[in-house]
Amino acid sequence: MAEPVLQISNLVKSFGALRATDDVTIDLHPGEIHALIGPNGAGKSTLIHQICGTHAPNSGTIRFMGEDITHLGVAARARKGLGRTFQISSIAPEFSALRNVMLAVQARQGSSFRFFRPVRSDASLTGPAMTALERVGLAGRASLPVAELSHGERRQLEIAIALALGSRAFLLDEPMAGMGPEGSRALTSFLADLKQEAPILLVEHDMDAVFALADRISVLVYGKIIATGTVEEIRRDPAVRTAYLGDHD
Amino acid sequence: MISREWTVNAALALALLAAAIAAEAAGQVFYITLATRIAILGLAATGLNLALGLGGLVSFGHAVFFGIGGYAAGILGSHAFSGDPMIFGLEGSNSMPLIWLVAALAAAVAGVVIGVISIRTSGVYFIMITLAFAQMLYYFAISWPAYGGEDGLSIFVRNAFPGMNTMKPLSFFLISFGALMAGIAILAVLRGSRFGSALDVVRQNEVRAAAVGINPFPVKLTAFVLSAMITAVAGALYADLNRFVSPSMMSWHMSGELIVLIILGGTGRLFGPMAGAALFVLIEHNLGELTERWQFFLGLILLVTVLFARGGVLGFLAGKVRHG
Repeated sequence: MAEPVLQISNLVKSFGALRATDDVTIDLHPGEIHALIGPNGAGKSTLIHQICGTHAPNSGTIRFMGEDITHLGVAARARKGLGRTFQISSIAPEFSALRNVMLAVQARQGSSFRFFRPVRSDASLTGPAMTALERVGLAGRASLPVAELSHGERRQLEIAIALALGSRAFLLDEPMAGMGPEGSRALTSFLADLKQEAPILLVEHDMDAVFALADRISVLVYGKIIATGTVEEIRRDPAVRTAYLGDHD
Repeated sequence: MISREWTVNAALALALLAAAIAAEAAGQVFYITLATRIAILGLAATGLNLALGLGGLVSFGHAVFFGIGGYAAGILGSHAFSGDPMIFGLEGSNSMPLIWLVAALAAAVAGVVIGVISIRTSGVYFIMITLAFAQMLYYFAISWPAYGGEDGLSIFVRNAFPGMNTMKPLSFFLISFGALMAGIAILAVLRGSRFGSALDVVRQNEVRAAAVGINPFPVKLTAFVLSAMITAVAGALYADLNRFVSPSMMSWHMSGELIVLIILGGTGRLFGPMAGAALFVLIEHNLGELTERWQFFLGLILLVTVLFARGGVLGFLAGKVRHG
């Protein structure tokens, strides 16, 4: 198998006596969707925070595209192509959808210290931004302020931003949250295409979506990965059934 | 299409210009001075508006940059007047453009030092650190006898601008007005640029800016330093207007006044600081004639603005901001 895009090894993060991340090893291969599931409080968010750089782990390493990024800041990781969406949509609320995406294009070009040329008429920003909005089906809403977009549309916008960043891997934190059934279905088929472009680490509560999309699933319980495997393996795993799926099936 | 905001902006600028010219025609020098004060305070607050309005950096120490500008004018001018060399044997100068350059560079150095330390913090800590730095320099100026210490430093003859007689009130007004318009133009260009976009998103949502790969720290620091430079040029003009510079230009009252101007006029609006300065100077002049307690009424007006008219004068006249 090809070298993993993202390789997390023996990651530990403690808050006082609580080991929120307990020796976690997980990787992401090219072209796959790797879903991370687990009950509330299992430490999924803490893990995502460490991967994107907002929290520093106590020990362990995070390698991205063959490079150790354990000690890089959030902005530096994003520039390397680690695209993240947020559990709580928190885009620049006063900007239009288009300007939000334009900002990602600008960041990707690495050029925030240009002081003269107006951005509004800059086709090198508006062009790629519109393309990204078209891909997620939001082109018709480009000029609306984010505050006027629906919840589902904001999730789509998040993905457009991650696309515009030219991400080499996506960290999607509950992209289906707050979406109606129709929106979820549309997003599911979109993500199935998206993984060809860059692999996806998907944190999601919607089990239908996880089972439909994931190539592999890892189950996190009390900070530990208790199982990693294909959808079938995870469905059959007795430990997983007791710890997590038991309540549902 | 010309938007309502730009119609209001143009009207405000023309009104200030017309007021000064009318005062000249009527021989009312005092009113030209008032108009000049509006232009200079407007420019100082325009500088702060870059940090506070666009960048969300509530600097409560911007008077320090205003004062640095003032002392640049006072010190260079007094050495040029007396002919004594300054430290390192450098000559003084009474050329305004050179003084502005020195003022802006000195403020940039101070801005980098203050910014590097203060911008790591936010909220009330940022406010307190900027205040602490300003107070340090304020007390330094008080205890610096070479340049007047507490008594301040007089500028006997206003510094010179090529091709203008700066002692003529209208000429000096036009210089100040030109500087204000240039400052506003700089802000307009910055706001529309990639840097302006980055700064705006850092203000709206710092976490988000980092998540798309824009490191907030250098963006905020750059805004803070540019902001300090503009305010310093206004300080140099202010010293020339009064032909006097004293530590009080650096006091926290002055820092507070600059923030008040922005809030009165409209935070983050290009012509907000100028509108705020006009309102402030008019209140000070008109109410100041009626009562010594004019600041009480200024406080009331500020309270009403904050409670009922968040957008300030510009918000009232030109409506809400529309982002594209």
